[in-house]
Amino acid sequence: MIRALHRWPGLLALALVTILALSGAALSVFPAAERLAAPQPETGLTVAALADRIEAVYPGVEQIRRSPSGRITAYWFDQGAPGAAVIDPATGEGVASADPNQAERWLTNLHRSLFLGDGGRIATAAGAAAMLILSLSGAALVARRAGGWRHWFARLRGPLAGRLHVEIARIAVVGFVLSSTTALWMTASTFDLLPDGGAIPAIPTEVSGATGFALDRMATLQQTPVAELRELSFPYPGDATDVFTLKTDRGTGYLDQGTGALLAWTDLTGWERVSETIYMLHTGQGAATLGLVLGLMALGVPAMGVTGVVVWLAGRRGRPRIRSNQPAGRAETILLVGSEGGSTWGFAATLHTALTQAGQKVHTAPMSAFAPERYATAQRIILLAATYGDGAAPASAKGFLDRLNASDRAPDISLAVLGFGDRSFPAYCAFARDVAAAAQAKGWPELLPLDTIDRQSPQDFARWGRALGDVLGIALELSHQPVLPKTETLTLVSRRDYGAEVQAPTAILRFALPHVSLWQRLRGDGFARFEAGDLIGVLPEGSLVPRLYSLASGRRDGFIEIVVKKLPGGLCSGQLTALEPGDTVSAFLRPNPGFRPGRSRAPLILIGAGTGIGPLAGFVRGNTRRRPIHLFFGMRHPDSDFFYGEEFPGWQDEGRVSRLVTAVSRGARPHYVQDALRSEATQVAELIRNGARVMVCGGRDMAAGVAEALAEILATSGLTPAVLKAEGRYVEDVY
Amino acid sequence: MKSLLATLALTTALTLPGLAMARPVTLTTTLNNYGGDGAYLALYVTDTSGAYVGSLWMAGGKSKYYEHLSDWYRATGGDTAQVNGITGASVGAGRTLEITLDLADALFDAGYTLHIDAAVEDMRDSPNEVAVPLTTDGAGTPVSGRRYIASFAYDM
Repeated sequence: MIRALHRWPGLLALALVTILALSGAALSVFPAAERLAAPQPETGLTVAALADRIEAVYPGVEQIRRSPSGRITAYWFDQGAPGAAVIDPATGEGVASADPNQAERWLTNLHRSLFLGDGGRIATAAGAAAMLILSLSGAALVARRAGGWRHWFARLRGPLAGRLHVEIARIAVVGFVLSSTTALWMTASTFDLLPDGGAIPAIPTEVSGATGFALDRMATLQQTPVAELRELSFPYPGDATDVFTLKTDRGTGYLDQGTGALLAWTDLTGWERVSETIYMLHTGQGAATLGLVLGLMALGVPAMGVTGVVVWLAGRRGRPRIRSNQPAGRAETILLVGSEGGSTWGFAATLHTALTQAGQKVHTAPMSAFAPERYATAQRIILLAATYGDGAAPASAKGFLDRLNASDRAPDISLAVLGFGDRSFPAYCAFARDVAAAAQAKGWPELLPLDTIDRQSPQDFARWGRALGDVLGIALELSHQPVLPKTETLTLVSRRDYGAEVQAPTAILRFALPHVSLWQRLRGDGFARFEAGDLIGVLPEGSLVPRLYSLASGRRDGFIEIVVKKLPGGLCSGQLTALEPGDTVSAFLRPNPGFRPGRSRAPLILIGAGTGIGPLAGFVRGNTRRRPIHLFFGMRHPDSDFFYGEEFPGWQDEGRVSRLVTAVSRGARPHYVQDALRSEATQVAELIRNGARVMVCGGRDMAAGVAEALAEILATSGLTPAVLKAEGRYVEDVY
Repeated sequence: MKSLLATLALTTALTLPGLAMARPVTLTTTLNNYGGDGAYLALYVTDTSGAYVGSLWMAGGKSKYYEHLSDWYRATGGDTAQVNGITGASVGAGRTLEITLDLADALFDAGYTLHIDAAVEDMRDSPNEVAVPLTTDGAGTPVSGRRYIASFAYDM
């Protein structure tokens, strides 16, 4: 709901809001420039003295105005010719033209009415309303994504466009709300919808009839500092019944030109004061610094528009149409989807199609549409649930848990829950786990135990599909392609072979960089930009399911390198390890921003075993800044599978790696990488206490062993791997 | 005379459509290129003593800006009822405002004066920009204003 409230006003009003923001940002400069350029009066200068000075220079003076910036303008007639100038209050003489700045006037008219009169004013007010809705709904989304308002400034993960969108928003949203609400108020005021009109005292009927009382002797003007002045209008020359009109920050009054007496006075109304404050907040006139800050924030709007559209398109691309969806009442299988960005819908569509082809009647719907009373003929319910932020329900699953918890008992239809998530997050598949636990607590019969899919892995999904097929008694081959990015052809340049002696044939494969078009370079698409730790998806011949490998090189290295171990019967690893220089494969890049060393100078503890050394070696190779790196590397035998063994001495000499600790698992005394950690416990604990970042890459069992070892090492320091993970100081890339 | 003035007072406005003692009068106001946004103009009539009699036209739709037409505003207390039905758009720099009204014969050659107050955003207020006596002889003779009006004439 909130997302829809954010998306549609955003897309509809994008162009309008961008025009308003850019013109507003440009306009914000003028009050500051005027403030700097305007000659300021000496402290304590009174209106009496100022008016006297100006009248001495311009005897035909008719009106003196002071703008909120402090600029004083005088208007006069000299022998019938109108004159006007910006006045230096120290001398009363004109120092600059009082003509309106044409650029400012043009921008103002664009900003408030698009040059379209009242219709334009209403359109821009609609733009401001859209901006306000976007700001509020966006703030709610940021809070939800971060896991609460307290985590407003939490570290962000995910694709660049989405991160940029939120980064800008969480700073600039204050400005957006202020600018848009004040804009709406000003429009209402312009259209007389607010009772903030000026109250002006009735013109006095009794005046002295005399003229020529000296300005600098008028008591009211003597008591009014220039800083409070807004406007002083002079009586018509020769009209003894006319009066001086004085407007100040406090109100409006009339002065007798023959005696200087105050004839009438009216204070500003409360409404007027509020409207004036709002005018100041919106325009920055009288608050130039605030104006500049708001202007700067407004510059974020176009950037947010672009990134917002990118996020929306990415979400749309990822959400396929569900074909031949059955009504809930007639379906045998109910497929409910909890998806945030839309990628889980892709898996649902694949499952839906496969089940339908197997002769099943399937109803697919969002989890938020959970309605067990309608599932008259259903025999099973399958939940595909992603997780949002810190374990919250994703958008399409809002209300599911509440509805389940509120029901007396779970439906008597067997249930399978499949969680989707990213293991590098501390709350991996947390929502799916919550759902499974709630279902168990309600006594919901189980079709399959809870399973999870890490980072949209097609292999995980296919494996789960086979398990589901077994239970249903059908052959279920789920080949899900998460809307594959365009692949590139990579040509092998060289290969180095290891591990044959320990029955683990492995190759370090180096491919040439493919040609990158200008457009890709601009968008950072494809192989235009990548770092060690990112992933490449390789499409083996004869399969549409890509296999993911961690990159051991970055774009700056000038090649693409991966470490591949040949798995028994492995289709993709078999083809890759059989490649000879000159051979090609189809592959695409998948950024993995959650697994990067970052720009900090804090020490790095890199822990890897087997082919998991790939990205870690890439970090070391890219460490030209000599950040302290402590690398723990587990292998079978140094003579056989010491990957990058040739390079490490050179890297150590160049300071790219401070310390290399190896653990050898084959031999008289098997030693694993977690054992190596334990033997260095004191130093590891001290490094972590001093802010070191831990990065783990390798098999799942190794990662679990490492987490256990670290928990022991850190036991006395009050830190745990979970705390480090939450701080983003402990990241894993496991497979 | 008395009865005619009474008629004026009764109608509040000075236009008397369809009456025998009225005639169509065209008021033509041309602005100079003063380099600002559209001007607000108030056209109104005062009697021999300078007292406000009634309004002929208001160019400019937002009543919150009427206070800048300071003489008109003082005379009417900013009462928008004075310009109900005789309000149009503001007039851009260099543009011409042409309006035709049925004006009472009694307004002419009887000491009445037609005034125009003008105001432009962020520029000077110009009350009494134009003040011309309404006479049959004066019809068709253009006069210029003090700041914004290049020429004004009424034709019968």
